[in-house]
Amino acid sequence: MALVKARLNRKRLWPYILLAPGLIWLMAFFVTPIYQLLTTSTQTPGVNIGDYIQTYRFANFIDAIVGARAQFLRSFEYAFIATALGLLISYPLAYAIAFKSGRWKNTLLVLVVAPFFTSFLLRTVAWQQILGEQGLVIKVLRGVHLLGATGHLTATPFAVVAGLTYNFLPFMTLPLYASLERIDPRTMEASGDLYANAFTTFRKVTLPLSMPGVVAGTLLTFIPAAGDYINAELLGNPSTKMIGNVIDARYLQIVDYPGAAALSFILMVTILVMVMLYIRKAGTEELL
Amino acid sequence: MTENIDQSIPPDLAGFNSAQISRRALLAGAGGATAISLFGTSGIESASAANATVRWANWSLYLDYDNKSKKYPTLVDFTKKTGIPVKYMEAIDDNDTFTAKVTPQLKLKKDIGYDIVVPTEWMAARWINSGFVQKFDDAAVPNKKNVLPFLLNRPLDPGRHYSLPWAGIIAGIAWNKKKLPAGINSIEDKTHPERGLFSNPALKGKIEVLSEMRDTIGLIMMWQGVDISKPFTQDKFDNALNYLQKKIKDGWIRQIKGQSYAEDMISGDAVAVIGWSGDINQLNLQNQNQFGFAIPESGGTFSTDNMMIPSTSTNKAGAEAVINYYYDPVVAARVANYINYVCPVSGAKEAMAKISPAQAKNPLIFPDDAMWKNLKVFRDLTAAEQIKFSTSFQKASGNA
Repeated sequence: MALVKARLNRKRLWPYILLAPGLIWLMAFFVTPIYQLLTTSTQTPGVNIGDYIQTYRFANFIDAIVGARAQFLRSFEYAFIATALGLLISYPLAYAIAFKSGRWKNTLLVLVVAPFFTSFLLRTVAWQQILGEQGLVIKVLRGVHLLGATGHLTATPFAVVAGLTYNFLPFMTLPLYASLERIDPRTMEASGDLYANAFTTFRKVTLPLSMPGVVAGTLLTFIPAAGDYINAELLGNPSTKMIGNVIDARYLQIVDYPGAAALSFILMVTILVMVMLYIRKAGTEELL
Repeated sequence: MTENIDQSIPPDLAGFNSAQISRRALLAGAGGATAISLFGTSGIESASAANATVRWANWSLYLDYDNKSKKYPTLVDFTKKTGIPVKYMEAIDDNDTFTAKVTPQLKLKKDIGYDIVVPTEWMAARWINSGFVQKFDDAAVPNKKNVLPFLLNRPLDPGRHYSLPWAGIIAGIAWNKKKLPAGINSIEDKTHPERGLFSNPALKGKIEVLSEMRDTIGLIMMWQGVDISKPFTQDKFDNALNYLQKKIKDGWIRQIKGQSYAEDMISGDAVAVIGWSGDINQLNLQNQNQFGFAIPESGGTFSTDNMMIPSTSTNKAGAEAVINYYYDPVVAARVANYINYVCPVSGAKEAMAKISPAQAKNPLIFPDDAMWKNLKVFRDLTAAEQIKFSTSFQKASGNA
């Protein structure tokens, strides 16, 4: 009897033991930092630069958001455009890999993932050269007179959005591929048998079945893109700075820890709310 | 009067420069800090194990480097002479960022991993005021007597008990001579627009300015007739800031950057910059003397980077030995010959004449009286001013 009980107890404990590494990880690297972020965000400056005292000044949040309104909106605007472009580029690509690539499938998948073999930073620096004065793009655009002799592509909003789109493309392509690949081709055949043309089949069968991929891909692109600052820093100009640049400058240049913490927190909550609304709208709860 | 400095390559300097482009390319637009902390440690660890290693954090391209042996010749000689190994790290890209990263450990009195740091004067003053540095043992640094007299009594550290100047930095204007053969000599020129940085229409959208507030705002304030070394009021600063903001808004300024502006000068994306003398000198050595540098008619800014021993260092004696070594005039001349910044050591000019006569006459390494007259040091700011000015400057840069 006792033996059975002990076995039962152990059985009940197992899920917790299995969860422990993840929970400890989350406590140490998510809950603790969030707590620190929150306590920092209500502090006010002390005597020396970098000294801060806890005064529970919640107005820090208002100051932060008022001061960085423009960059905040810009971040979501750029992230939205990059996500939309990413979807337009990735869907056909993922579709082709899933259904039309035949024996090239693995090669193509490796090619999609290949950019990850290089650092994010270096890939963005490479874009400075691709779009820069000595690059091919600018020569072609000048050649066909789409760009004047003094026109430039780097240090423009175009370059920032292009960089964002490029850098997060694999995050869009892979989930799309995964959900498209799972679709049973017979469902499409059945759609054809029921006299649906190719477009209707896509609209009524393929697209709805791939929605989990679309939702996952857009989230995986939008969230990091909205918080990114590398692309705006390296490819933008002073008028294209995003919220990540503001947080970076507040932490490291101005040494305003409370302001930076407040902004980080607002950014996190905003993205969280947007994501929840989006998922509710898209109706793919199985993602969560 | 314009200080149009001849930057032709002395033949005896041509050899060692292939090293720089690859190292610089690595650091390229990385925006600085991250890249440097990722790849920027080229250390020397050898020699006798009896002595503890001195860990030295410095800016990039700031010590003589031999591409063939991948070593810093003056450091190799130091270790040979004293038996003290030195780990040299190009760990500083920006005063604010570097300090922000190590401040928490300094406050907790935990080792920051460096026995020597080299922040710029205004930041060095902040370290000293915060008690983050150790006082030199004067007997261990006898070569202090070789420091140029006017640098011995700077307000950041009268008598120099905590800091010694590593090199002097001049900020001025620089341009691509291929694209702008006539050059420029002022911030803005209303009667001769083509001579001014912000009035030559060919430069619109092709200008980059330094993210170092005191240099960029300093040059503009001097052009607006303010003496930046004397007390000035907030509205004088705001005038310069508004000017900068307008130039950004009107599309004259492409980007506000740290040392990585050099990359854009090479690629041609930037045609003219507010930049640092030594950088331009080094760029010329690699790029067929393609760039011109001038101190604007209204004046340029001067500052120093300063060697200091952090309060958390456990190897003060070793650090003092390194610091002392670099104030030997011959060693100082070897370093200056490579880095091309103002040499703070008296007697180095004579030593330089033996190494490279052309460099001994370079006014950017050994400024003459005429040049000194045209250079000003940005005055000390109070903590409150620092936060206010820095916030406004970041705002103008789109960062706040």
